[in-house]
Amino acid sequence: MINFVQKRRLYFAIAAVLILLSLGAMLASYLTYGQVLRVGIDFTGGSLFVLQFQQPVEEQAIREVFTEYGFSGAIIQQLGNKSDNLWQVRAPFVSTDEVQEIMDAIEQKVGPLDRTRSTVDTVEPTLGAEVARQAGLAVLVSSIAVLLFIWYSFRRIPHPFRYGVAALIAMTINVIVTLGFYALMGLLQGWEVDALFLTALLTVIGFSVQDVIVVFDRIRENIPRHPGEPFEMIVNRSVMETVHRSLATQLNAMFVMIAIILFGGATLKPFISVMLVGMISETFTSLCVAVPFVVVWEEWSQRKKVSATAVA
Amino acid sequence: MHVGDYNACYRLPIERSAQEAVILVQGVAMNDNKTTVALTFILLLAAIALYLVLPIHHPAWITKLLFWQPEEARSLEFRRGLDLQGGLQVLLVADLPPGETIDRGSLETAAKIVESRVNALGLTEPVVQVRGERHIIVELPGVDNPEQAIDTIRETALLEFVEPPPTIPPDSLTPGMLISTTYGLTGTTVPSGTVLFKTIMTGKDLKEAEAGFDQQRNIWIVSFKLQPAAKQLFADYTASHINQPLCIVLDKEIISCPYIRSQIPDGAGEISGGFTKEQAEQLAIQLKYGALPVPLKIESYRAIGPSLGRESVEKSIRAGIIGLAVVFLFMLVYYRLNGLAADLALALYVLLNLLVYKLLPVTLTLPGIAGFLLSTGMAVDANILVFERMKEELRRGRSIQSAMEAGFSRAWTSVRDSNYATLLTCLILYFFGSAFAASLVKGFAITLALGTLINLFTAIFVTRTFVRVLLGMYGEKIQEKPALLGL
Repeated sequence: MINFVQKRRLYFAIAAVLILLSLGAMLASYLTYGQVLRVGIDFTGGSLFVLQFQQPVEEQAIREVFTEYGFSGAIIQQLGNKSDNLWQVRAPFVSTDEVQEIMDAIEQKVGPLDRTRSTVDTVEPTLGAEVARQAGLAVLVSSIAVLLFIWYSFRRIPHPFRYGVAALIAMTINVIVTLGFYALMGLLQGWEVDALFLTALLTVIGFSVQDVIVVFDRIRENIPRHPGEPFEMIVNRSVMETVHRSLATQLNAMFVMIAIILFGGATLKPFISVMLVGMISETFTSLCVAVPFVVVWEEWSQRKKVSATAVA
Repeated sequence: MHVGDYNACYRLPIERSAQEAVILVQGVAMNDNKTTVALTFILLLAAIALYLVLPIHHPAWITKLLFWQPEEARSLEFRRGLDLQGGLQVLLVADLPPGETIDRGSLETAAKIVESRVNALGLTEPVVQVRGERHIIVELPGVDNPEQAIDTIRETALLEFVEPPPTIPPDSLTPGMLISTTYGLTGTTVPSGTVLFKTIMTGKDLKEAEAGFDQQRNIWIVSFKLQPAAKQLFADYTASHINQPLCIVLDKEIISCPYIRSQIPDGAGEISGGFTKEQAEQLAIQLKYGALPVPLKIESYRAIGPSLGRESVEKSIRAGIIGLAVVFLFMLVYYRLNGLAADLALALYVLLNLLVYKLLPVTLTLPGIAGFLLSTGMAVDANILVFERMKEELRRGRSIQSAMEAGFSRAWTSVRDSNYATLLTCLILYFFGSAFAASLVKGFAITLALGTLINLFTAIFVTRTFVRVLLGMYGEKIQEKPALLGL
């Protein structure tokens, strides 16, 4: 049998590197934007114009229109390929009347728009603040719900506290890695935190304990079945017995996600990417962090017992 | 690790194999009736679902059977959300000082009024809903003229009855004049020198208004009735202000300034002022529909071009088909005959989901489609749990029949737990999505949750029936060639 659990030092080292990289990405984002993650208008308020022009246009011409309406600080970016003629403008909150005026002015002064492919999004800052509050609440509630779920699932295992801590550590690493990935994509691709990102994050949190629970459940089943076997062997056996299921399930979900990322619309790309990264990270942290962690804890408590007996 | 054991188990001497085949056949025979009934039921369900889901013409009586859907909107079409068909989403907020509380009833009345205005635009499925304590969300799918739509929504103005200050000569009070009133001023500062008109009543106090023709006087009038609570106030006010003007103001703009000719004791009165028929009718409508109990302002605004939506639908469908094809292939290659059963069940799963979207109905959004596709990828999880268990039991030396039954019954707790966890996540997402104008988040939660529930049915009941049938047909062959189950 492959001794999977034995290489735990290597896994812990990889996990540490992943955490450091994620924190590094967030730090870089903070230094670049002043925010750990780029936060979108859903949470901060503001206006986002996605403008599909029918012909190539100049950034300067767009800027002039926005400056004319007092939005000289608007951030103007070209999206996709140069030949797509797709532009994005971020500005502070623009009132509805002004939106119409600006759109008309753009058509007159910059170039004809394809309005059926353009979108305008405006959110008042007060609303953004409320959304941010709700989001914080949702993250808090789901973390508590996951904790309750862990407690419920492990209530019949000896040392449920250890398993709970292990699952929590895995979940925390997952969240850090997911945030780090998004910070990185914020730097590279300009991805911003929106309601969909939060949905993906909450889904990652919700799913992050599933594999752990399956393995731990198997450990519980295997302890009485193989009396006298060292704990490490039992854990290893449990991992090997469940790993097929974990990997097969993850693979199928990943097939669908990769298909959406490759062939689906641009709107869904960041959303599904976060879930994909969360899921890969979840598989790793479940098998390579949470599971070895309970072995380390068991050995540590064994050693303590032995040394305690020796002292006595 | 068990390689030795299970090979031994399968390479049986011919006599024993025949013996076991007899037992196997008996086992199948015992289950036969139940399995046949189940299979018939599943095939019937699949046929009905396929018929209803396919975009073909359905007779009208089927649509009439959907009694749980509101009568005027019964349909067997997929409902596409705003992001899929393009349109306008406007979030209105009660425009009052932060401290002032708004009662739910007023906000709901305001939403109804906005709805009646929006309905006049003639769109297919406009949505007007109260969200939280201060918000009304308006969704206008397929609108091609956002400007006009916005104007229509904003026409729903605040109605006030105001007393002009004595400093202003009544003759100068002309319709169209913009004024400042005392309503909603609590907590705000007014620039000095502003002429304030005292608000006596607002639209909230108005019960009904109607244009009519006064035969005796041969003129058009607008008659109105007040809410019971406002009767006394109006009676007292009119008694002490006879022969003085009382202005009717919509959104701080004077509509007309009729004189109070007598006390109005019963809360019913009429407005006359040399109206034409059209003017009287318009005023009645403004009084009725413009009588917003709370002032509203636009807080968020989202306009999505219709082509964008169509393209996202096409792309997601293509992505979905590719992703699912890979899943189907994977299951077939990895689990062989079992995989075939799972694939058939998965096909039914997809069909049932689409059927539920049509019947409930579920408004499909882009994240909603993503949730559905994701749930399809995860739907095979239950099958995988069962099949892995089945393989394990076979390795432990069980006969194929008992390994199958043990696989299904033992994997049940794991299947249940992992589905509970998904449903829990959906519940949290749903509440998070309800809290503000993030209908997108809600769409994801709903399709994922529905998928999880339908999956419990297809992955366990349907797959088990298919596996039983396949084992009944090919049981002997499988016993000889475990490779058929991917072992």
